[in-house]
Amino acid sequence: MDRLEIKKIVEELREEQLVEGDILIYLLHRVQDHYQSHYIPPEIGEMVAEELNVSPSKVYEVLTFYSMFATKPRGKYIIRVCTSLPCHVPGGREIVEFLKKKLDVDFGDTTKDGLFTLEETSCLGLCGVSPVIMINDDYYGDLTVEKVESIIENLKGGEAR
Amino acid sequence: MTPITVLVSVDSNSILLGAKEFVTYLRNLVANYNMDSLVTVLETVSLGSYNGVTVQVLPDDVYYSIKSKDDVRKIVEEHLLKGRQVWDLTIDKSSIKPAEKFELKEIRIVTRNIGSIDPKNIDEYIARDGYFALSKALKMKPEEVIKEVKDSGLKGRGGAGFPTGLKWELTAKVQADQKYVVCNADEGEPGTFKDRLIMEGDPHSVIEAMTIAGYAVGASKGYIYIRGEYYNSVENLRKAIKDAYEYGFLGEDILGSGFSFDLTVRLGAGAYVCGEETALLESIEGKSGKPRLKPPYPPENGLFGKPTVINNVETFANVPQIILNGASWFKSIGTPNSAGTKVFCLAGDVNRRGMVELPMGVTVREVLYGFGGGVRGGRELKMVQTGGLAGTFIGPDKLDTPLDYDSMRKYGVSLGSGVILAIDSSHCAVDIALNTMEFFRHESCGKCTPCREGTRLACEILEKMTKLEATQEDLSYLEEIASLTADASFCGLGQSINVPLLSLINNFRNEFLKHVNEKECSVNLCKKPEKKAKAFIK
Repeated sequence: MDRLEIKKIVEELREEQLVEGDILIYLLHRVQDHYQSHYIPPEIGEMVAEELNVSPSKVYEVLTFYSMFATKPRGKYIIRVCTSLPCHVPGGREIVEFLKKKLDVDFGDTTKDGLFTLEETSCLGLCGVSPVIMINDDYYGDLTVEKVESIIENLKGGEAR
Repeated sequence: MTPITVLVSVDSNSILLGAKEFVTYLRNLVANYNMDSLVTVLETVSLGSYNGVTVQVLPDDVYYSIKSKDDVRKIVEEHLLKGRQVWDLTIDKSSIKPAEKFELKEIRIVTRNIGSIDPKNIDEYIARDGYFALSKALKMKPEEVIKEVKDSGLKGRGGAGFPTGLKWELTAKVQADQKYVVCNADEGEPGTFKDRLIMEGDPHSVIEAMTIAGYAVGASKGYIYIRGEYYNSVENLRKAIKDAYEYGFLGEDILGSGFSFDLTVRLGAGAYVCGEETALLESIEGKSGKPRLKPPYPPENGLFGKPTVINNVETFANVPQIILNGASWFKSIGTPNSAGTKVFCLAGDVNRRGMVELPMGVTVREVLYGFGGGVRGGRELKMVQTGGLAGTFIGPDKLDTPLDYDSMRKYGVSLGSGVILAIDSSHCAVDIALNTMEFFRHESCGKCTPCREGTRLACEILEKMTKLEATQEDLSYLEEIASLTADASFCGLGQSINVPLLSLINNFRNEFLKHVNEKECSVNLCKKPEKKAKAFIK
């Protein structure tokens, strides 16, 4: 991503701006969507700060406060596992254990091949089909350990091809 | 209109069961059989059940539960083409509607359009009296609108239960060059998914209500702050806002009244604490979502330092119906001190999960057995969590408690955001407590020490307990921490951790004691960690 692209997005978002300053988080979402490894490099964060005329420290604070943003590269697939009680109760606990073992990582870590990052998330509001995980923008529900395994294998298989 | 209409559930729960593919496949089949002029396929939101994708064929009023494309083919080839009902896919209407014996008095105010209209089509909303309330409100004086909402007795549906009309009145009274209306759609309370379904299923009701609020308090700008993970809600709301602008329900000089209102959507980025209203305002302003010191409250000093009305999605969704039908109609529903309905979200170990709108004052048992059909797998019910994670855990002995804004004060059972989470006898109370505290530890923003350290300490002790290594002193210390954290924390997040924790300990004290004294877990879930092999052998 370069400055021109950022300028373009800023211009687009200004259309939806009601008050100066209300588009920073929105913009960061859009910028991060550009990166396959789901993060915002420091120099890009600085460019965003300059374009919106805010201090880089403010951008950095926002990037590190919210769990959906990252300042370091993450895996191609971010697996967000709901660890809240409505998922924990009908089998979510086993899924968390399985994923940690299967991927050989803890929450917040990325697999060695750079494919998966495992993250925990709070309730995703899909408790009608819990346990639930999210992989990038897609939801998966009514999960069992077997289903999770096949989802992971499918993604891996897609990469190998 | 075609003679036959097929409604397919495509709420986010059904999408996970393949609803989108089924709709595409269904449309293709209908086209292949040249039935386009006979059959309309409509996507609607939840029809109620989650064992498969629910499909309703009209005018026959037959419900099907679909699990595969083959099922779709059967329905097209048998029912639509030959007029023969596919009995093995048919589901009994009573399995969708609440069971008769409990006589659940489902009253649909907030959810009245959900599952009945295409949420992406503004005309369908208008056809069901949509934007009539706005047009009525714009002919009233702002004070009259506020009085109507105030007289209705509507209270905040996000959990705190502050009177909505009063909030509006406070905001209206403050003189300022700019005011805002904000919708709190940062739904994050574990077990709650009502706001998601309202926004997905009836986005215009929220937009209409916010515009009415704007007119009543004198605000010209509004924000809907949605969780970053709620892609479908964001999409439906964006589309709805765009259409509302095109039809003149938003923008300048709305319906020729001279009143102008701009509305936009902002996304969260994964922080539970942003559901706290002042943290949410910080987040819209482009900062990290840390709560502000209150007072001043948002009606006086809110977004960008200006007077701000901030309400929950469900609260807003009530407003158009109140304006249309009047305060006394609304007050006639529910209990004297808690008017109207509540949308309950049923989750956990029950036969049927989902949401249902019932009048205030309904009992936990009615929701759990009348709507939910009891505990899954015929297991025994161990406890029910009500009101969300910051709510209470109750034993089966308290199932007959009526749920309204007084139930916490009277019976110690929290209404909160309307979650009913059933937990069966295969679960351990200590493990549940640990999971609950881990949530708070993870979501604590770190601004104040009592919350940051209190949740961490509570987790450490509970972890020790699940490893069967804790002592009775640890248990007393845990209770002390719960109370201290609640007393000393800065915002509602830390202030509420004592409620779930102490209700668990008090209701299941024997189980906790067994863990610390006899080093035993009654369901055999907690075990001593296996001893690691010694690194050095002497």
